[in-house]
Amino acid sequence: MEEILAKAKKVAEAAEVFLLSSEETPLQFEANRLKSIQTKQSTHLALRIIKEGRLGYATTTEPTARQGLVESAVETAHFGMPAKFELPSTTTYPPVDILDPAVESTPIEKMGQLGEELIAIIIEHTPDIICEAMVAKETISLALINSRGGQASYKKSIFSLGIMGSLIRDTDMLFVGEGQSSGHPITQPQDIARVVLNQLELAKNQASVPTRELPVIFTPRGVASAFIPSLMMAFNGKTVLEGASPIGNRLGKKVFDQKISLWDDPTIAYRPHSRPCDDEGVASQRTPLIEEGKVASFLYDLQTAALANTRSTGSGRRGGGLPVPSASTIIIAPDKTTFDDMVNDIKEGLVIEQLMGAEQGNILGGDFSGNVLLGYKVESGKIVGRVKNTMVSGNVYQILKEVAAIGSQAEWVGGMVNTPPIYCPRLSVASKQ
Amino acid sequence: MPDIKAVSRQLAKDLKKYRADYIEARLEESQRSHITYRGRELESVGQATAVGGNIRALVKGGWGFTSFNELSDLPSRVELAVKQAKLVGKEESRLASVEPAVDTVASEKHSPLAISLSEKKQLLDEYNDIIWRTPRLQTSVIGYADSHKKTIFLNSAGSYIQQQRTDITLRLSAVAAGDGEVQQAGLSLGSRGDFSSIKGLHQEVAEMAKSAVALLSAPQVKGGEYTVVLDPVLAGVFVHEAFGHLSEADFVYENESLRQVMVLGRKFGSPELNIVDSAALRGLRGSYKYDDEGVPANKTYLIKEGELVGRLHSRETAARMNEKPTGNARAINYSFPPIVRMTNTYIEPGKSSFEEIIADIKEGVYAKNWFGGTTSMEMFTFSAGEAYMIRNGKLAEALRPVVLTGNVFTTLNNIDAIGNDLDMNQGGGCGKAGQMPLPVSNGSPHIRIRKCLVGGS
Repeated sequence: MEEILAKAKKVAEAAEVFLLSSEETPLQFEANRLKSIQTKQSTHLALRIIKEGRLGYATTTEPTARQGLVESAVETAHFGMPAKFELPSTTTYPPVDILDPAVESTPIEKMGQLGEELIAIIIEHTPDIICEAMVAKETISLALINSRGGQASYKKSIFSLGIMGSLIRDTDMLFVGEGQSSGHPITQPQDIARVVLNQLELAKNQASVPTRELPVIFTPRGVASAFIPSLMMAFNGKTVLEGASPIGNRLGKKVFDQKISLWDDPTIAYRPHSRPCDDEGVASQRTPLIEEGKVASFLYDLQTAALANTRSTGSGRRGGGLPVPSASTIIIAPDKTTFDDMVNDIKEGLVIEQLMGAEQGNILGGDFSGNVLLGYKVESGKIVGRVKNTMVSGNVYQILKEVAAIGSQAEWVGGMVNTPPIYCPRLSVASKQ
Repeated sequence: MPDIKAVSRQLAKDLKKYRADYIEARLEESQRSHITYRGRELESVGQATAVGGNIRALVKGGWGFTSFNELSDLPSRVELAVKQAKLVGKEESRLASVEPAVDTVASEKHSPLAISLSEKKQLLDEYNDIIWRTPRLQTSVIGYADSHKKTIFLNSAGSYIQQQRTDITLRLSAVAAGDGEVQQAGLSLGSRGDFSSIKGLHQEVAEMAKSAVALLSAPQVKGGEYTVVLDPVLAGVFVHEAFGHLSEADFVYENESLRQVMVLGRKFGSPELNIVDSAALRGLRGSYKYDDEGVPANKTYLIKEGELVGRLHSRETAARMNEKPTGNARAINYSFPPIVRMTNTYIEPGKSSFEEIIADIKEGVYAKNWFGGTTSMEMFTFSAGEAYMIRNGKLAEALRPVVLTGNVFTTLNNIDAIGNDLDMNQGGGCGKAGQMPLPVSNGSPHIRIRKCLVGGS
C-alpha cells in the first residue's frame, strides 16, 4: 500500500489507497439438509487520486499490479469530477467493538449443527415444509492510507443465520422466513425459529380483504420492506444536493408524525455495519435523521458534503466504486403501544409482514406499491388468517405524516434495521378475489 | 497479472489426482470501466481489473467450493474444496452426463476495450445535453458500464474450455419535479460489447426526459382489475419474472409438491402461447456457447402450444429429474458457484397487430417499458416505466407509472392475444441468490392480459 501511495503522490496532488480483504465461509442448506460448504477469499484494492483538481479512480483484485493501477487512475483523472474536498489527516476514532475472535474460530461442524437444529424446530411444527437455510461466518479487514497522513484500519467479524421455508399445497404457496446477523457467533436458533413459527401459525387459515382503504399495521419486517428504501434515498445527501429529495428543503421542519424519531448509528457494538470510521477514514458518529417528526439532518460523504457546504457525517461507503453517502444501521425509536393493542384497535384491516416489489415504484417521490407477500387479515381485533393476491399502495410521506401508533417493542430486521411496528390509520388496498 | 492460461494448464494435470466424484475449476480475468453522471456533471469515472478463480468439488452428493483472488498454491484450494465436499456428502453424486469438451471459442466481434474513454464520454455528454434541454427537469442519472472477461473452465473429466464475454450496459433516467412532486422516466439499454448499438439514440433520450416532465401532471390509475396490454419490453420482463423463474429446475427438483405443480404437460396458457429460453441465439447478452459447467447451449421450449414442455437445468438438476441437461448453469463471476439461470427468454410471436390487440378494449391499461420486477414463484410484481389508459379501442391519457401484480398460474391463462412484433430487450439484469446483475435478454411481442391486478389510488 505504501509503495502505491508513494508512486501516486509523484504524479498527483493527493492520493488515497484503500484495501479491503475478506474471508467468508457460508454453509448452505437446501431441501432441509446441508448441501454445500464454501470458502470465499477476496481482495479489493482501490486507488483514488486528485490530479489537476480532478478525481481519478482505479481498482484491482491484486495488490501486485502496481504499475497499471496508478496509470489507470491517471487516465480517468483527465475526465474526472472536480474534487472539492480534502482527504482527512490524522483522526481519532471512537472505540467501536466489532471483532469477536469466536466467530472465526467457530468450527464448521458447529455451524452445521446450528443449521440442522433450526430446520428441525421448523419441521417439527410443520412437517411438509421445505427449508433453505444459510449459516455463515465472515472476517473483514479494512485498511486505508492517504497523502495527508490519514490512516485507518480495522478488522471485524460477522456471523449470520437465516432460513426460508416454502409450503406448497397444489398451486398455493406460502413463504416464511427470518434472518439475523451479529458480530458475535449466533449459538441459539430459537429466536429465529420463534419468528418463523409465528408466521406459520398466523398463516394457517386464509382470509380475504376488500378493495378499499383499510387500517394497516406494518410489523418491523414490514416497515423495513415498505418504508426504509424510500427514506434512505431521501436522507441521502446526494439526493438532497440534486434537489431530488422530497424533504431536501425541509431541514428543521416537521414532516413526519411527532411520534417518529429515526437515526443512523454505525457505533453500536457488534452490529454487522458498525465500524470506527467510514470508507474514507472519517470518524463514525450517530446521526439523527428524524427527531420527533422534524427533519434533523442528512447523510454525507466528503465530496457531497463539500459541494453542499457542510461536513461529512462519516457516511462514505464504497460498493466497488467511488464512495457515496450511505446509511449504516437505522434505528427507529419505540413508543408506547403494544402490537396486541394495535390489532385490538382494528375492526377490519391488515397486518403486513413482507411486501414484495415495494422498491420498484417511484421511490424518489415516496410512492410505493407492492404485493403483500406475507400479510394477515384482522377482523374485530383478531388476526384471522393470511391474505393473498393483495396489493397495497401509498406514499411514504403521506403515511408517516400521521400514524396511529408506534409500537413499544423494536426488533432487529436482518441486522441492519431496528424498528418497532408502525400502525397506519388508512392505506389503499387492492385485492383480487 | 498472473497468466491464467499457465495456471490452468498445471491445474488440468493435477485435477485428476484428488479423491472426489467430480472437480471443476474456473479462472477468470476481466477489465471493466464505468462512467456515471448525476445531474449535469460527470460524477465518477473508473477502471478496474480483476483476476480470480474458484474450485468446486462434489463428493457423495455434497458440494465444496472455494473462490479466491490469490492464484498461488491452488493445490491447497482444491484440497479445501474436496474436504468441504466430504463434510457435506452423505448420498450419491448424480450429474447428467456430458461429453468433455476441449474448445477455444473465437474472440468476441466487438470489444468495448477498443473504444477510448474520451469517445465513451463524448457520447454520454451528448445524451446528457439532450436531457438537460428539457424544461422542469430536476436531475438525471446516467450509468454506463462495460466489461471484457476471459474465462477458462476445466474439470476432472477432461474439459478445457476458453471463452470470452463482452458486455455493455447503459441506464439513463430523468427526474422532473414541481409542486413537491417528483417523477422519473428511464431507459435501459445493453449490448454484447457493441458500442455502436448504444449510439444514435438522441431521439429516444429526448423523449424519455419529456415523459418524466409529462408524468408530473398525469393522474394515477384507480387500483383494480383491468385488461392490460404490455409492450414488448414489459412483456419480456413479465415472461422472465412470472414464468421464467418458475421453470428453473433448482427450485423444483427437490420439492415434491412443486414437482407435481410443474409437471410436464400441464396446461398454462392458450394454444397460441410459446415460451423459449435460448442461449444458442447469437450475439445477445444472454448468449454463450458453453455454460459455466461446460455444457453446450441449447434452445429450450418451456411452453409449447400452451403446455409445459421443458425447464432449465444444471447437470445436477437434470440428473435428479431424469431430464436432459439444457446448459443453463451460470455464475456471475468467479466468486460464485454456477446455479440455474435464464439466458435469452422470450414469447414467440403470434398473429395480431397492435391495433387489433387494443381494438375491442373498452377500458384498459397500456403499460410500457421496464422499471423493475420480482417474483415469489407463485406471485409476481412488475412495474412499468410508462402507462396509458385505453378507452374504446384507442390509447388515451398518460398515467403515473403502474405496478402490476398477479398469480402466474392464472395470469398466463389470461393472455388472450399475442402480437406479431417480437422484440428483444438487451437492458435487463437478473438477480438470484445474491448473484446480480447477470446479463440476460428478454423479449416478446405485444400481449394482452385479461383481469390483471393494477395497484393504484
